[in-house]
Amino acid sequence: MASETIALSDAAPGARSIGERLHEWVVTVDHKKLGILYILYALFFLVIGGIEATIMRIQLIAPHQHFVSPQVFNRMFTMHGTTMIFFVAMPILFGFGTYLIPLMIGARDMAFPRLNAFSFWMNAFGGLLLYFSFIGGNGLFGAGNAPDVGWFAYAPLTARAFSPGHSTDFWALALLVSGIGSIGTGVNFITTIVSMRCPGMTLGKMPLLAWLNLIMGGMVILAVSPLTAAQIMLCIDRYLGGHFFDTQAGGSAVLWMHFFWIFGHPEVYILIVPSFAFASEIIPVFSRKPIFGYPVMVAATLCIGFISFSVWAHHMFTVGMSASGNTFFTVTTMIIAVPTGIKIFNWLGTMWGGKIEFRAPMLFAVAFLFQFLIAGLTGIMLGSSPFDWQLGNSYFVVAHFHYVIVGGILFTVFGAFYYWFPKMSGRMYNEALAKWHFWLFFIGFHLTFDFMHIPGMLGMPRRIYTYEPGRGWDIWNLIVTIGVFFQGAGVLVFVFNMLWSMMKGKIAGSDPWDAWTLEWSTTSPPPDYNFETIPVVQSRRPLWDLKHPEDPDWKYE
Amino acid sequence: MKRSGQPWGLARKATAIALLLVCVLLAAQLSAAAPANPAPIPNIFKPASTPADSIFILSRLVLAVTGAIFAVVFGLLAYSVAKFRKRKGDDSREPPQVYGSLQVELAWTVIPILIVLVLFLATARVIHSIQDAPKPPGTIEVVAIGHQFWWEFRYPALGVVTANELHVPVSDPSQPTPTFLTLLSADTDHSFWVPQLAGKTDLIPNHPNHTWIDPHETGLYVGQCAQYCGTQHAKMLLRVYVDSPQQFDEWIRAQKMPALTDPAANEGRQIFESTACVNCHAVSGTIADGHFGPDLTHLMSRDTIASGAAPNTHENLRLWIQTPDAIKPGSLMPAMQMSDHDIDALTNYLETLR
Repeated sequence: MASETIALSDAAPGARSIGERLHEWVVTVDHKKLGILYILYALFFLVIGGIEATIMRIQLIAPHQHFVSPQVFNRMFTMHGTTMIFFVAMPILFGFGTYLIPLMIGARDMAFPRLNAFSFWMNAFGGLLLYFSFIGGNGLFGAGNAPDVGWFAYAPLTARAFSPGHSTDFWALALLVSGIGSIGTGVNFITTIVSMRCPGMTLGKMPLLAWLNLIMGGMVILAVSPLTAAQIMLCIDRYLGGHFFDTQAGGSAVLWMHFFWIFGHPEVYILIVPSFAFASEIIPVFSRKPIFGYPVMVAATLCIGFISFSVWAHHMFTVGMSASGNTFFTVTTMIIAVPTGIKIFNWLGTMWGGKIEFRAPMLFAVAFLFQFLIAGLTGIMLGSSPFDWQLGNSYFVVAHFHYVIVGGILFTVFGAFYYWFPKMSGRMYNEALAKWHFWLFFIGFHLTFDFMHIPGMLGMPRRIYTYEPGRGWDIWNLIVTIGVFFQGAGVLVFVFNMLWSMMKGKIAGSDPWDAWTLEWSTTSPPPDYNFETIPVVQSRRPLWDLKHPEDPDWKYE
Repeated sequence: MKRSGQPWGLARKATAIALLLVCVLLAAQLSAAAPANPAPIPNIFKPASTPADSIFILSRLVLAVTGAIFAVVFGLLAYSVAKFRKRKGDDSREPPQVYGSLQVELAWTVIPILIVLVLFLATARVIHSIQDAPKPPGTIEVVAIGHQFWWEFRYPALGVVTANELHVPVSDPSQPTPTFLTLLSADTDHSFWVPQLAGKTDLIPNHPNHTWIDPHETGLYVGQCAQYCGTQHAKMLLRVYVDSPQQFDEWIRAQKMPALTDPAANEGRQIFESTACVNCHAVSGTIADGHFGPDLTHLMSRDTIASGAAPNTHENLRLWIQTPDAIKPGSLMPAMQMSDHDIDALTNYLETLR
């Protein structure tokens, strides 16, 4: 698949051999090629993570099943979580950012093209390292292969006493390596957006996507650093006799939790902010109106960025914090709902009075609005700490964060795929297949994650490889598992659509959506240098000004 | 004007989803209203103890507020989708370009802040009422220690040690006898969660925690470990028996007795005392004084073995000693590899530990 894709997206294959063309992709420092590499690599891991999820759901379809052993199940949820966060969600969003940011700010490449390539390859090798654990994790102990400590790897389960062999080492090193890559990406995004904008594009005239990725870049640097440091501390504990997290020698299990969640919660926003960015580009174009309240959208996202660093211990309401600690993290968690709500209202304001066209990107964006609303509301329930003492670590919380990550992030990513696919490949996707994808995935998503809330409220904890009958959980687990197959079918339609359209799709032209940002002013796919002459802009919607000289935006901004 | 097919389709789908959600909530309500049975569903909305009850009351407020927000915002979304969609006969003119409105922005900033304030104050009250509850004089003190993958319960003031099945007295609100638990861990993190009695609190090594329950009704309440603790996290089940005061006193009296010595089981006892059993298990009054596994002094007073993984029957006990993996693969109990004769004698001996 990969070589076909590469061959097809290459503008002028000419007479070069496959080897030469592959070589070109491996050594490239072009932001467009690196963006596509990120995306393809993330899609590959999306399929792997999806298979792991399916294995878990088959095991849980009914009580006391023996589809897999407890050991394998525990590896599956560890690998599924780690893969989906670090090797699907982050690279796919970095990929879109890497591809789009220079095009949208009228630049010819990122500020640091070589750092860009370095970041991608660090990320990619991190993923390979994690999966190498299936072969190399045994160590001399015969202690099982892939990591089985959960994606947040609470101490002291990661201590050598409880995790012999090398599985935990592969987990820690994979995150260490990819974390360095991510920090590089954050630096590159910030520098590019701050210093590479085309003439006329002041900060207040950037597309929202650039603003939101700027904020995301800052959050990556601040949040990924403590995680990377914690991996080093864990390695010191495991191999150099350190006792940071070694509870048998006076270390602290709670310290690890703080390190992990000071990364882990901003991470959620690192993922959702670029998704907001996609929604903020797609919704205006398909409603035929400018984004409602642009300065407020920027301010709200900045607020989210800041507040997201003060909420981490809401993942730790059950670890025995003092009443005042629980109260503090309750209030910060609830406060973050305000700027988030503002964003939802502004998207609604953008749609209000528009002429909404329900092409595939818009369908996904509207479904995102609906699902993200529910995810936010269940988030408020979980933020109310006593309610969290019941709901936390149950299937309710699993349903909640999948509502955010699948219902929020993955839906906007699919929307972004359909929206920018014509730009990246030069060809249109098949709209009918895209709608099939949407409805299959939508139905599957709701079957799985709506009903997953209920066993949580009936006392079913997460991360159990099987459960007792007679607790009222059976029917809900059955429905949840059935939904998985709809989602799988949707993804198959999606992959088929992408491959087919890459070869047989209609030629898209440079501006198939009648859109307004700079990436649509160049050819599809764009040339290596992006723009023949660097554009000059006067407003947030330069192509609107071009198309409506009688009523340009800059008169109103 | 004839409507195009699609808005109807969308509206219908939206209604279907809304109906589905209602059904879900109804179902949850229904299961909440089911009558009490020997092992009720551990439903968080069917509380039987003050902490769980306070959370339940708070949750109703939170659910009502979030439900109302959902109704309003979803209504606006559904309306925009239905009303502002591009129709077939539309001209190609762009709609009026609106860039924003400060008044509207202000409204949808201030109203959420007020809602958050209300929710926060209600929450803060419940946090305080549960976490800072005073200990009345009739309090029972229990130390719960999490192990991979079972529970140890110690009653220091009463001199009782047991495992996996916690007995507590029912608490009469006029003369409360709540149970306060100190939560410790012998190895990895665990979490004590019996949804009908209280929210969960983690058991973390080197970090003692506390929680309390005051069950209002006698009966059996089930729960399980709620923090991933290793291979058999799933079968680290938890049973809380809420006894009447008389039953509880009787249970304590029986638990304080030393192990019975039945001469008929002498052979089994010798096997027990001469194998590795004694390294991990304790039976009071014998040389068995291990602490890695559950105390077996009154094994037969428990309804289940292997932390609730199997009923405490002759066959299960025998199977558990011979091949623990058949019941709980990955548990730390080793397979004892005994002859049929020895295992029968050993099982017979264990069955005298009443």
